[in-house]
Amino acid sequence: MSIMEIIGGILLLIGSIFLFLGGLGIFRMPDVYNRLQAGTKATTLGGMSLILGVGFLEPSWIFKTLIIIIFIAYSNPISSHALARAMYRRGHLPLIKGGYKKEMDAYSEVEQPQKEEVKS
Amino acid sequence: MTYIIYIAFIFMALGLVFAAIRFVKGPTAGDRTVALDTITTIGVSGLTLLAYVFQRFIYVDVALVYAVLGFIGVIVIARYLEGAL
Repeated sequence: MSIMEIIGGILLLIGSIFLFLGGLGIFRMPDVYNRLQAGTKATTLGGMSLILGVGFLEPSWIFKTLIIIIFIAYSNPISSHALARAMYRRGHLPLIKGGYKKEMDAYSEVEQPQKEEVKS
Repeated sequence: MTYIIYIAFIFMALGLVFAAIRFVKGPTAGDRTVALDTITTIGVSGLTLLAYVFQRFIYVDVALVYAVLGFIGVIVIARYLEGAL
């Protein structure tokens, strides 16, 4: 095994473990904002690390894998931010210990989300 | 090297199963969309790893197009849930 294969294998293991942790966080977290937090950041790191590991294993593919890495690095935070803003404007309040307080909310002066029951 | 790829596929399949469970039983539409985003990213990673396993360079292009389409789909669903579409 060459040094590139060893680095690629380590990156592959790190990426797959973080992808698994992202899926587990999606399953275990109690709120939609917590699920966004767990499922998007861990998955971003895992996907970037695993695709970079494939680029190390096969060095002639490094340019296209770098293109995918750059695309994941800017598309995943944008989609998670758009989803969080959409769920806030629908009226889903964040889960805060001890009840929801309006002065902890930075957006409460901008617009008031009307309270809406969670549809099942 | 073969066992490392097996272990990576097992971890990714477990994450995919957990995200799919949340996709089926999520209480609101936002939970399902978050699960869809996670499934898309795991799918892109799995397609890139399959391109290495099968030694086909064209699968990397498939993974890139799938990443673009999943991103656009999540953005469109978010705009629809917001009420701006």
